[in-house]
Amino acid sequence: MDVSSGDLNAPHSMGTTIIGVTYNGGVVLGADSRTSTGMYVANRASDKITQLTDNVYICRSGSAADSQIVSDYVRYFLHQHTIQLGQPSTVKVAANLVRLLSYNNKNSLQTGLIVGGWDKYEGGKIYGIPLGGTVLELPFTIGGSGSSYLYGFFDQVWKEGMTQEEAEQLVVKAVSLAIARDGASGGVVRTVTINKDGVSRKFFPGDTLPLWHEELEPKESLLDILSTAASPEPMVS
Amino acid sequence: MINLIGSESDSQRTLYPYVTGTSVVGIKYKDGILLAADMGGSYGSTLRYKTVERLKKVGKHSIIGASGEISDFQEIMRNLDELILYDNMWDDGNSLGPKEVHNYLTRMMYNRRNKFNPLWNSLVLGGVKNGQKYLGTVSMIGVHYEDNHVATGFGNHLARPLLRNEWHADMTFEEGVKLLEKCMRVLLYRDRSAVNKLQIAKITEEGVTITQPYALKTFWNFSAFLNPTAGAEGSW
Repeated sequence: MDVSSGDLNAPHSMGTTIIGVTYNGGVVLGADSRTSTGMYVANRASDKITQLTDNVYICRSGSAADSQIVSDYVRYFLHQHTIQLGQPSTVKVAANLVRLLSYNNKNSLQTGLIVGGWDKYEGGKIYGIPLGGTVLELPFTIGGSGSSYLYGFFDQVWKEGMTQEEAEQLVVKAVSLAIARDGASGGVVRTVTINKDGVSRKFFPGDTLPLWHEELEPKESLLDILSTAASPEPMVS
Repeated sequence: MINLIGSESDSQRTLYPYVTGTSVVGIKYKDGILLAADMGGSYGSTLRYKTVERLKKVGKHSIIGASGEISDFQEIMRNLDELILYDNMWDDGNSLGPKEVHNYLTRMMYNRRNKFNPLWNSLVLGGVKNGQKYLGTVSMIGVHYEDNHVATGFGNHLARPLLRNEWHADMTFEEGVKLLEKCMRVLLYRDRSAVNKLQIAKITEEGVTITQPYALKTFWNFSAFLNPTAGAEGSW
């Protein structure tokens, strides 16, 4: 009776790692900064965390063009909505506007989005909007091609009600781990923290991130290694 | 390759689902209807979301369970909530029962199918009104029917044989829950997209309730599982 769905097209893998987590008092959004066209890195310092309103931001993954145009439309609608409402829009309204565009254009768009923000009614909220236009309100969510490497990590370390410091450190660590393994993610780690006091944007350049398995401490030059060599074996024939 | 079913550019069509829910199982019992579904939202082969509510109330008398594309189910819920809202606004003491809701769903699914742009879901609709128990199902192509027990997806293959053998009229609540749990456990063993977090919904004349999420125990202590290749090394 059911149409056989054994031949589902597996979702197309997307460049980027994006994360949104809630903590005790707000949300932290995180992302890498690599935009690739095929194998070439078109932009190594992109900003994938885009503002929609004073209190709501969106993490973009997948097609850069699609995610940008969706953000632009939603920013435009939310601006009008804020004027008419007379007060800041809620995160839920922003998420629903994104849903309308993502769902009604599901055949043309290829973008996975995370909407996060703070409003006075519900506090900090994160909404995941994957391909297809499903909306899910979640305590945390991950997206983009780099997220494949983070499911196990988050299963292990996630806990409710973290402090702001814990949440930010978790997001930076996670994006950094994904960058280590995903070729389509790289560059710097950007975070945006939103709570009742406002919005705070942070920037973590590659050299401030921890080193993972088989990664070496970067050096200025081989010559420095040779000149400070304690053992006589830096050059081995 | 000539596209025989309309130009690609001028019409929309859902080609394939992205975030999907797996089986829903439903049975009639003595006091009403029981539905069961897990809380998984799969993304291809990844078990991506594990707290997706796939059983939802519809008005005072019915519950809908959905498998398939979650975004399409969310859209169906928006349509159903609007339907119920307008029904309440008449304020005439009448309310849409499960038979009416099932019919509405059937029309929605079949009309979309005719435009080659289906809502990619298989739905179960159960309810009780004026003492009458109702349990029906609708597929993404508009196939619809009622029965004493129904299932979607893998449930068709794994749960319905169990239900055919063990369902009987006027089961108690306890018997019904045990039977549903038996089906859900088999699905957990044998359906790759099943997750061990489920909800059961109960509809009776009194009203409609959905349980909190819970997990089932599984059994692995069969002697045959311990050392399956003993005596035939290299086999599996």
